[in-house]
Amino acid sequence: MTMTTQASRGVPLVDMRDIRVAFGGVHAVDGCSVDLYPGEVVGLVGGNGAGKTTLIKTLSGAHKADSGEIFINGEKATIETPRDAKKYAIETIYQTLALAENIDAPSNMFLGREVLSRWKTLDDRAMEQAARQVMGRLNPQFQNLLTPVRSLSGGQRQSVAIARAVHFNARILIMDEPTAALGPAETAQVHDLINQLKAEGIGIFLISHDIHGVFDLADRISVMLQGKMVGTVNRADVTKDEVLGMIIIGKLPGTATKTELAELH
Amino acid sequence: MSVTGSPPIPPAASKIAAQRLRLRSMARAFEIDTRLLGMVGALAIIWVGFHFWTGGTFLTPRNLWNLSVQTATVAIMATGMVLIIVSRNIDLSVGSVLGAVGMAMAMLQREILPDWIGYDHWAMWIIALAAGLVLGALIGGLHGFLIAYVGVPSFIVTLGGLLVWRGVAWWQASGQTIAPMDSTFQLLGGGSRGNIGGLWSWIVGAVACAGILALLFVGRRQRRKFGLRLRPFWAEIALSVLSCGVVLGAVGYLNLYYLPERVAAERGGGDIPFGLANPVLILIGVTLVITFIATRLRFGRYVFAIGGNPEAAELGGIKTRWVIMKSFILMGILVAIAAAVQTARLNAAVSGLGQSAELYVIAAAVIGGTSLAGGVGTISGAVLGALVMQSLQSGMVLVGVEAPIQDVAAGIVLVFAVALDTILKRRPK
Repeated sequence: MTMTTQASRGVPLVDMRDIRVAFGGVHAVDGCSVDLYPGEVVGLVGGNGAGKTTLIKTLSGAHKADSGEIFINGEKATIETPRDAKKYAIETIYQTLALAENIDAPSNMFLGREVLSRWKTLDDRAMEQAARQVMGRLNPQFQNLLTPVRSLSGGQRQSVAIARAVHFNARILIMDEPTAALGPAETAQVHDLINQLKAEGIGIFLISHDIHGVFDLADRISVMLQGKMVGTVNRADVTKDEVLGMIIIGKLPGTATKTELAELH
Repeated sequence: MSVTGSPPIPPAASKIAAQRLRLRSMARAFEIDTRLLGMVGALAIIWVGFHFWTGGTFLTPRNLWNLSVQTATVAIMATGMVLIIVSRNIDLSVGSVLGAVGMAMAMLQREILPDWIGYDHWAMWIIALAAGLVLGALIGGLHGFLIAYVGVPSFIVTLGGLLVWRGVAWWQASGQTIAPMDSTFQLLGGGSRGNIGGLWSWIVGAVACAGILALLFVGRRQRRKFGLRLRPFWAEIALSVLSCGVVLGAVGYLNLYYLPERVAAERGGGDIPFGLANPVLILIGVTLVITFIATRLRFGRYVFAIGGNPEAAELGGIKTRWVIMKSFILMGILVAIAAAVQTARLNAAVSGLGQSAELYVIAAAVIGGTSLAGGVGTISGAVLGALVMQSLQSGMVLVGVEAPIQDVAAGIVLVFAVALDTILKRRPK
């Protein structure tokens, strides 16, 4: 059933096949495959230590896969460093936000991709202006851009991390727990943004514990358990309980018994 | 505000509070780093204190001129140490590397090059200095490689370097003193010939003034253009007058130190000022260049980003290992410059050259506001820190404090300064 809808959409933006990552003897990711189409949000869910973040880190270049293949737009891609990932227009918003606390928001936004003047010096003014532009769209109340990130609120930090991904025209966006540190208003703001980016044709991997949020946003949901991919389902075809069943006992919808589902509550 | 609005506060206390508020708003109007202000204040106390204690010799042009030359070597190295510490590393080997490189430059001048080009060849000092700089860069690069690519902690690598390079300094001449240096090379160290004289000192001072005014002017115009907050105009004028006054005052005062009569007689007699010494000019140049590197170039931005969050820097696509290695190469080059100044000034190389300099260099950086936790530090602060440390040492020598007691005082001041800073930072704003 999912096969037919995918076939009609042509070549996937991202196609990760049989990815394996081991730490010592532990298989953190054990032969997982997942794909993503333009303008689609794929929710990647699972309990703590299920391997979601590790799997996605092989796509963002933060971690090398031991084996497996990644295809971007149907072409085999080699992603070994964050720089490689950025070449494929893959941007990542990490759970930790990955901000240097001692420098300001524009410097963080452009970290590793600074705007330079003719003389190869940092063009801080150009970076500040670009930052103000993006921020005007993401978080208009956030004005004091030139203070170190250390003194910003959780929501402001989050906007800096998101602004970094948005400014560089991501085609593939990875969001690892993007709303974990946010209040309700800010969470709603991030949800609006995700829908907006999706409408622009960007493919988004959304990693989250929050099954309700994932149900609001995702088109498909991939579930991981103990390093293995339990399965991928269309959100429209399943209930939250069925997804919970996949997360906790690793059974696909329809295969879990009524009593097993009842025990989840 | 508190004067009219809060009756429970006794009038005296409210007056003090209002005064404090006024002081703080003054500081804000000038937008001067309060920490920098604190260091200048500490320096003033040290200088005036020693002036009275020494019965009026500390603040003489002669002593301040000597102080400026003595500060140069530690300050040159401290500018590089800031970048090392900001990136969450440390370099304990700078004193020993100074010894090894200084000895190598001396050996080149006395033992190796004369066989090829003879003594006092015009190119002697250039070859010796260039070789020293390359050697410094190589040693720094070796340290950097072991730290960044092999993954040995910088503390261990440079602790090893502290032992190794001290031994190398001894081994090159089997512990002998190598002297004297090439006559042109000697000019790098100051002395009665190694300076630029009164007129050129005034010219340097005038150029510095023009530079400060231009920076203030451009800064104000840019801020207006981008609609940012401006300093009040009176503060701008006061700042210009004050900074130019300090620069020209310093030059004028140092110019009151005249050449000894015998030397002056050779040049026509009369009062001929020394003028700024070459080591001081080298220090000014190094400070400007390293400040530029730290604040205007990508490399400097990366050093600070790595210090703030190494993982974020890596995820941002920065080649963090290469940045760390480059910072140690830069440190090696600065140590070589300091080694040239030091051997030229002593007109000799001894195997103990630069012994325990690492402690003064690290202390200068830390007193100047560099945080050992990484991510925070300024080049100008470290240079001021070096001046504080050297003022203390020089003052104690003048007073006649014995060497071991000098170390006691220097150690206490270092810990006290950092403790004070920590406490002030912890205080709620």
